[in-house]
Amino acid sequence: MSDTQAPIPSLAERVRSVDAAASVVGVHFLGATPVFVLGEEVLLFAGDDEHRVVAHAGAILASACDGKRIITGGDDGKLIETGSDGQNRVLASDEKRRWIDQVALGPDGAVAWSAGKIAHVLTKKGEDRTFETPSTVAGLCFAPKGFRLAIAHYNGATLWFPNTGAAPERLEWKGSHLGVTISPDGKFLITCMQEPMLHGWRLADGKHMRMSGYSARVRSLDWTAGGDFLATSGSEQLILWPFDGKDGPMGRQPKILARAEVRVTVVACHPRQPVVAVGYADGAVKLVRVDDDAVILVRAADGEPVSALGWDSAGQILAFGTESSAAGILAL
Amino acid sequence: MPTPDTASKIPVTVLTGYLGAGKTTLLNRILSEPHGKKFAVIVNEFGEIGIDNELVVNADEEVFEMNNGCICCTVRGDLVRIIDGLMRRKGKFDAIIVETTGLADPAPVAQTFFMDEAVGAKTKLDAVVTVADAKWLTDRLKDAPEAKNQIAFADVILLNKTDLVTPAELRELEERIRGLNPYARLHRTERAKIDIGEVLGRNAFDLDRILTIEPDFLAGEDHYHHAHDDHGHDHGAHHHGNGLKHYHDEEMQSVALRTDKPLNPDKFFPWIQDLVAKDGPSILRCKGILSFKDDPERFVFQGVHMILDGDHQRPWHADEARDSRIVFIGRNLPEDKIRQGFESCIA
Repeated sequence: MSDTQAPIPSLAERVRSVDAAASVVGVHFLGATPVFVLGEEVLLFAGDDEHRVVAHAGAILASACDGKRIITGGDDGKLIETGSDGQNRVLASDEKRRWIDQVALGPDGAVAWSAGKIAHVLTKKGEDRTFETPSTVAGLCFAPKGFRLAIAHYNGATLWFPNTGAAPERLEWKGSHLGVTISPDGKFLITCMQEPMLHGWRLADGKHMRMSGYSARVRSLDWTAGGDFLATSGSEQLILWPFDGKDGPMGRQPKILARAEVRVTVVACHPRQPVVAVGYADGAVKLVRVDDDAVILVRAADGEPVSALGWDSAGQILAFGTESSAAGILAL
Repeated sequence: MPTPDTASKIPVTVLTGYLGAGKTTLLNRILSEPHGKKFAVIVNEFGEIGIDNELVVNADEEVFEMNNGCICCTVRGDLVRIIDGLMRRKGKFDAIIVETTGLADPAPVAQTFFMDEAVGAKTKLDAVVTVADAKWLTDRLKDAPEAKNQIAFADVILLNKTDLVTPAELRELEERIRGLNPYARLHRTERAKIDIGEVLGRNAFDLDRILTIEPDFLAGEDHYHHAHDDHGHDHGAHHHGNGLKHYHDEEMQSVALRTDKPLNPDKFFPWIQDLVAKDGPSILRCKGILSFKDDPERFVFQGVHMILDGDHQRPWHADEARDSRIVFIGRNLPEDKIRQGFESCIA
């Protein structure tokens, strides 16, 4: 456990500050260029030549990135693709202007999104396939292998195979599921629930796992490099559930690191090292080493909750943003 | 529970009312009047609002049970998502209005603000406003449990379309409403015409605003809350001896408790928690001001079904009677059991 009395080493003076001038809701990297997704309308390209690209006529509700393009869904009912040149194009429009509030990118270039109870997949070949869920889609994620889309909804999750006529696989668990992720080895599907807990299924046999003990709803999840741990927000510590064995976290305790007075709001795992960037409700950003809980300060607390964190694919640059309008970039 | 710093939170007004009562008319009126305020509006799928407003969101009214074994702990799942999305446009609106369908139960909407931490941190429930149709309410109270629920749950009731009934019919209707809910502010309206200050910014769920617990009695025509001659005075004082008939609804009623003896907090809290745990499904709303033994501060609480929210409010004033008062509004309430339980909490 870290000693909170001793000052922790800091990289804060090496952070390049960015004035986002609006609430930051996401951050992605197009190559080495950090791009902040703002609460309304704009993607802020924060490379050497800082500029803003208008993507939506209203709130930006969801975003995903594969390193080459950013996909965003908005309350204008549009699904927008923005490339590293800042050019954007409309991939889809909802005819009733319903909110597009979930998006996901697949390993082979497919795009998924949802409006209300309809999940869509735009395949690599440009075919739009749809699937209707019994209640509003609350989370989307592609499986790492095979063409499968996981959909979170009320009373469980569904695995849909957009390219085949195979019946969707329903994973049931009572309650409202508000987000979904699949482990990098494809063996486990985990949802965040309305209650302060996660629910999981081992896909091979449907065995349930319940991960609880949080002080708030879990809103941020990420897999550590190699998929050994699932890092989560929602508590006054960084909670890491072990997924390195065939049983995942069943019968095991989570690793509890980086204790603080305030809640963890966002987590982002380093793409190569066992290191997690952690953002807190008081504005602090820390780097936490999974093996020994060594902590380095990236941003000092200022009272504004951290709302976005992201690494470039090489793990050389970390970018963060807050609910107010502060943002920053740290090159390691 | 939401944090107490309510000043920066966006107020949310819930508009209910049976089909055709005039909810949409009221909503259009609120949106079109020149008050300088901007609203984000969450309407049900079938609603039609005549005002062009980019901050109108269609909702599906998804009522979700919480996974905690409690059947009355339900939230509006759609609101959890919509409010999260709307807050990305913070600064573009001053308040949120949620219009429910005519058949909706207001409780899941209200509970969303207490059960979801993220929603409760950014928004606060202001009041439940129910529009009732003067011509048809009597029939609906007989055949539509939803309509009765909406009246019993309300903080503000607009008895609308008063031009379609006689003065005697109106009087009788008001008495029926009072039999279900003596505590809501009751206004007579035609075409939902009302000063929007009577509908918005009520702070009905704000613990700091629980000042007195007095029925909002019918105080005779002179003191009645007509939409245009009453500017928010409290007429709680003039309510005796006007010879009103009392309607007692057999199913839905209110139970008011009062004592001038101080309560023992070590007995009171276990009692109220046990009561709402067991009878929460029947208790729609409750509210209380309490005087605990050897405690210089007033304790206030309010609740919806099994959810209770309470805190010390302020020191008792020297000239104030240190009475404890509680009111429950609900369905088939076990009145004797509640009264005995309350009396056993006296220190």
